Amino acid sequence: MQPYQNPNLDIAGRDACPVESMGHAVRFSDENQKRFAELLTRYPTKQAAVLPTLWMAQEEFGWCSTEVIEYVAELLDLPPSHVYGVVSFYTMYYRRPMGKYHIQLCTNISCMLMGGETILECLREKLGIGLGETTPDGLISLDEVECLAACDIAPMCQMNDEYHGPFTPESVGQFVDQLRARGK
Amino acid sequence: MEVKLLTQRYDNPESWTLAAYEKAGGYQVFKKAFAMDPEQIINVVKESGLRGRGGAGFPTGMKWGFVPKETDKPKYLCVNADESEPGTFKDRDLLTKDPHALIEGIIITGWAVGISHAYIYIRGEFGVPYYRIRDAVKEAYEKGYLGRDINGKGYSLDVTVHRGAGAYICGEETGLIESLEGKKGQPRLKPPFPAVVGVFGCPTVVNNVETIQAVPWILEHGAEAYRKYGTEKSPGTKLFSVSGHVNRPGNYEIELGLPCKTLVHDLCGGIRDGKRQKANIVGGSSVPVLTGEEADAVHLDYESCVEAGTMLGSGGMIVMDEDTCMVWALAVILKFYAHESCGQCSPCREGTAWIRNLVFRLESGHGTSADLDKLLSICDNMMGTTICVLSDAAAMPTESFIRKFRTEFEAHVGAGRCPIRGKSSHFLESVH
Ligand SMILES: Cc1cc2nc3c(=O)[nH]c(=O)nc-3n(C[C@H](O)[C@H](O)[C@H](O)COP(=O)(O)O)c2cc1C
Ligand code: SF4
Repeated sequence: MQPYQNPNLDIAGRDACPVESMGHAVRFSDENQKRFAELLTRYPTKQAAVLPTLWMAQEEFGWCSTEVIEYVAELLDLPPSHVYGVVSFYTMYYRRPMGKYHIQLCTNISCMLMGGETILECLREKLGIGLGETTPDGLISLDEVECLAACDIAPMCQMNDEYHGPFTPESVGQFVDQLRARGK
Repeated sequence: MEVKLLTQRYDNPESWTLAAYEKAGGYQVFKKAFAMDPEQIINVVKESGLRGRGGAGFPTGMKWGFVPKETDKPKYLCVNADESEPGTFKDRDLLTKDPHALIEGIIITGWAVGISHAYIYIRGEFGVPYYRIRDAVKEAYEKGYLGRDINGKGYSLDVTVHRGAGAYICGEETGLIESLEGKKGQPRLKPPFPAVVGVFGCPTVVNNVETIQAVPWILEHGAEAYRKYGTEKSPGTKLFSVSGHVNRPGNYEIELGLPCKTLVHDLCGGIRDGKRQKANIVGGSSVPVLTGEEADAVHLDYESCVEAGTMLGSGGMIVMDEDTCMVWALAVILKFYAHESCGQCSPCREGTAWIRNLVFRLESGHGTSADLDKLLSICDNMMGTTICVLSDAAAMPTESFIRKFRTEFEAHVGAGRCPIRGKSSHFLESVH
């Protein structure tokens, strides 16, 4: 049987896109250097600081490029391959630049029961992009995610670190309009 | 009906602040605990009958008792705040509305087990719950409830909030430990169990947020008071997150043993638009589905759920009305497991993707009747053959959906399309 193969997904269905270069080296700001030093005091090994350091790096540099991965590896005395392994295992480390507003629509069971499919169609149409894409102006990225532990407000989405829902086809349109109004 | 032990402070204005928690009598119980022998506290928790609220329902006091007493290694506590079981959103509210109760629970657990450092492993997607618990930890440090020589007792405890980054498997306790060590969250073989060899090679207790949050109440009121609620074998209260086609979805703290019917039809206001309940997954998407009739007959305690052929799990209850297509619902659920398999074990890595593909095909109307038996046989091979139980968590629901709603699956084969929704799912086609 050979159905349903998406070339961008690996065998477990994960996004298998390669890491990309930003084209320039990176270095933490003075403030983040301090935060990083504090971070190391919270764990008995340096390696344990990989996830929080990547979080800080993504906050400062926007996404996890080759340079970011190499920088984090150097800070923690780890092979870059280890850090790449971590980045590619978790869904929240971005391997591409993201829009300013990142809409992640839940497509798990409770949201789907409450009309999530329709909301996804509305978003695709309103934004003119598909899943995994960013609007040409760089403002909004659209992704689907698994259950976000907010089934009481289904159908819902995460937008950056905020939760929004329950949506109707009308309210999701207004939601996009509000994001556009907030602008860059 | 509702019994508010853990959720008693939810209605306080600014319940998440240190001031509000102290005003409600918070940070007093740990002082009482400090006057007790650690062994005594473990005994109170054992007597209370508290069982893990993360899904497996393992007796908490017994788990603490497995940690070796004589060791020169530091001992760790990992609070499991990964909350990723589909349908579950109770820890989110506990962290958001009452984070200091979790910290007090950590202090008491820490004293009882001899923990030197507790890590709260919280899923990366959580924004507000993360900010709340992070700020609460800071407040507790400033007030001297955490850190060195707490309350002049000579006991020191550190707490660090550690964010995950999007992976369901990091909710599995050994996946969590691997992730905390800075690796991919791929579960470990057991034994050794975390109580003996856990994070950083040291004895480690892993407990769910709700479990730890029950500890202060139990210490304050005693084991006997806790046992007044619930059943003989499933004492106390449990939070249920109810979602799907009910009128009032949300978190409900109920006595264990409450009829499911009361929760769904009274507390949650019944099925929307006066429809019939077709199916109910009572404990999160990983447990076998019940038909509406079975759900109306079951009581919500660990034993009754097992007797009814399902599990209480995490208490993430997903209710489906008569218009739901069960093939479509299973397809949506299996999309999740195929995505979340960590890939270490062949039966899980291959199996989750394979059964997803087969059910997708059935949903689209292109399946064959032989697919059903093939599905059951793959599921059989996925159970009990892998490092962790994610594989079983995909196979068990599949098996139950087919067994209980087989005619619906067959109708898809016969009609060549979805006879319930009229068309097959455009969305599922797009994620193939
Ligand atoms: C695939 C999988 C995912 C899990 N996810 C969670 C989770 O998100 N939160 C949780 O508390 N327990 C989760 N568990 C259960 C944990 O492995 C563990 O049993 C639990 O954290 C122990 O705490 P407790 O005894 O207090 O329940 C999961 C288990 C499996 C197999
Ligand atoms: S059963 Fe699945 S998720 Fe668990 S360890 Fe094996 S491959 Fe990973």
